[in-house]
Amino acid sequence: MIENPIYLDHSATTPVDPLVIEAMIPYWTEGYGNPSSVHHFGRIAKQGLETARRSIANLLNCKPAELIFTGCGSESDNLAVKGVMMAARAAGRGNHLVTSIVEHEAVLHTAEHLRDVHGFELTILGVDQFGRVDPQAVADALRPDTVLVSIMAANNEVGTIQPISEIGQIARQHGALFHTDAIQAANLMEWDMQTMPIDLLSLAPHKFYGPKGVGLLYAKTGIDMEPVIIGGGQENGRRAGTVNVPFAVGAAKALELAVKDRLSYIEHVTDLRDRLISGITAAFPGDEVTLTGHPTERLPHHASFAFKNLNGNDLIIQLDALGVSSSSGSACSSGNPKPSAILQAMGYAPEWCIGGLRLTVGKQNNKAEIDYLIKQMPESISRLQRFSELARG
Amino acid sequence: MSLTGKKSKPRVVVAMSGGVDSSVAAALMVEQGFDVIGVMMRLWSEDGKEMLNRCCTPEQMDDARHIAAMLGIPFYVLDVKDYFRRTIVEFFLNEHGKGRTPNPCVECNRVIRFSYLYERAMALDADFLATGHYAQVLPGKSGLFELHQGVDSHKDQSYVLHVLTQKHLAHTKFPVGEYTKPEVRALAEKFGLPTASKGDSMDLCFLSGEDYRDFLARHRPQYAQPGPIFTAEGQLLGQHSGLPNYTIGQRKGLGVSYHEPLFVMAKNVTRNALILGTREQIGHDELTVRQVNWIAGAPPPEPIQAAVKIRYKANPLPAQITPLADGRAAVKFDVPVFGATAGQAAVIYQGSRCLGGGLIEDDIPES
Repeated sequence: MIENPIYLDHSATTPVDPLVIEAMIPYWTEGYGNPSSVHHFGRIAKQGLETARRSIANLLNCKPAELIFTGCGSESDNLAVKGVMMAARAAGRGNHLVTSIVEHEAVLHTAEHLRDVHGFELTILGVDQFGRVDPQAVADALRPDTVLVSIMAANNEVGTIQPISEIGQIARQHGALFHTDAIQAANLMEWDMQTMPIDLLSLAPHKFYGPKGVGLLYAKTGIDMEPVIIGGGQENGRRAGTVNVPFAVGAAKALELAVKDRLSYIEHVTDLRDRLISGITAAFPGDEVTLTGHPTERLPHHASFAFKNLNGNDLIIQLDALGVSSSSGSACSSGNPKPSAILQAMGYAPEWCIGGLRLTVGKQNNKAEIDYLIKQMPESISRLQRFSELARG
Repeated sequence: MSLTGKKSKPRVVVAMSGGVDSSVAAALMVEQGFDVIGVMMRLWSEDGKEMLNRCCTPEQMDDARHIAAMLGIPFYVLDVKDYFRRTIVEFFLNEHGKGRTPNPCVECNRVIRFSYLYERAMALDADFLATGHYAQVLPGKSGLFELHQGVDSHKDQSYVLHVLTQKHLAHTKFPVGEYTKPEVRALAEKFGLPTASKGDSMDLCFLSGEDYRDFLARHRPQYAQPGPIFTAEGQLLGQHSGLPNYTIGQRKGLGVSYHEPLFVMAKNVTRNALILGTREQIGHDELTVRQVNWIAGAPPPEPIQAAVKIRYKANPLPAQITPLADGRAAVKFDVPVFGATAGQAAVIYQGSRCLGGGLIEDDIPES
């Protein structure tokens, strides 16, 4: 048993902040009513829910009515992409959407589903060697019938930040809507829905010390969306189902703390991330390890590498045996040693594409933990390399 | 694990299957104070037949993961599908193409468990690999390790472990080998582990319950060409439907008539001929085995008296074994044996101790 496990997988999820837990508790124990109910208990719940919505609106500089609580980040992405395209089709406003090869599956697979099952037209843009989408490529892909452009704020697997302001402007000038999946970047970038060219924004509070099981979608006033979950008229008819009030309250508290502590948080994680990157680069001076993603335009807590001829699942197991929790990229696909579509799209040769390793730091990490990993890694990796040579032969 | 990275106790990687034997093995390792890591190998199955495989179905993986969680140990699934297909399944198919009857479980222990998995465990800084086999590693003379049969003679699995070397034995544990199956069940109850076990099946894990002939016909249709059936004296008796469809010693379903009972004696792959012999003709008092592994590390300097098992479930029969050049050995039985089959393992015992073994050669001399 590992006595002091070290968590370096904050892009997968984060621990819930005690202040967030404290804010949620009363809505299980006292304000537990259904927020749609007229009575006393319903009113308390409704009050909690709407206070949370106002608080988030304030932090994102948008209107409360522009915020929809969903069940998770993937649902927010589904609702944005599918909801907008379905409504556009019903109104005869167009049939085409643009996205990129490095999007999270919640966007990419939804877009492919719209193409393959519902007959929409889809353009999937490639990326450069750093995983960046070229804004000019977006401009070139736009057509008269383009309804939506969906490009993520930052990539989960390699941490690259996309030029979303440029892309959003291009989309809007053309009359298309711009959606960005900001799930990886929520607490690491500044958000202002009045000044940024964003029409739809997906967030997931569990990535910034909030609870799992709740997602957020910002949709600018006037955007027509078909619901994905159909039922009662909750969330202005855009998302049926009893809203999870404690989680909505937790989401608001988590975002409040994230915005309040943003600068010091970024400073803390950048420090550790840089220590990690320089330490690992120095520990593997040969050509068997490479930093993936953009060297500077990357999430400040995100370090990602590719190991030549190694398997990401094996890398995670090696590090876990050292007491360090890591990821090969997106947690959703871990355990399945398929080549990374993102590394492939960035032009990596096959011997690199299953060897992705992602290390993402957070609030509770410290320098001693980073130094421990850097010290332990070379021997563990060289044991794995010897094994892998044998297994390949 | 403290921040110094030093292991506080010896580490054991346990190969888990979700079954009672490997679960008890893992529990015993935990009880004995080791730093235990559970792993399960995901082996190959044909596309779409993952649920029918005899091992490593998603359900068995869930079982193993659940047991590891109960024991409070880490658990990893290792994806060995491609490696297993390239090694074991190819070997199985190719051997049939040579007219042999391979034992892929022996090959799997050699190539997968005690090569791939063993090295993976060592890469995890393990001191030992443990499995749920019924066999024992005992200290022998001059620092050597000996492989012995499991205490439960009905469950003994030393036959498929005869490929192990001193290097392996020094780092291998068979925690249930010193118990009988009923004792293992009782231990499972004591540890609060599920005790239900599937019936012992001799089916190969990757056949998904299907007859191996159908599997061969699908993957290597070229092997099943009809050809002549001869007696040992060369008399043409009829046509066979393809050599892989017959097993050595088979009597029924040959579709020939003769004045005395005939049995499959040999397969001549070059002539695609099936050779039948009488009861007398198919017995052997001598065979040659190849690729012999001597567990002690070297062949004995002199011929030895021992007992030899020519199949997993056969009784060990007394024989004299003479080591030959090129890793081979000559086996001379005290009385003729029946059913010796090219490609099967002949495993050598002195009492409960397994000395090693090899594969029965193609040209089985006639008695």
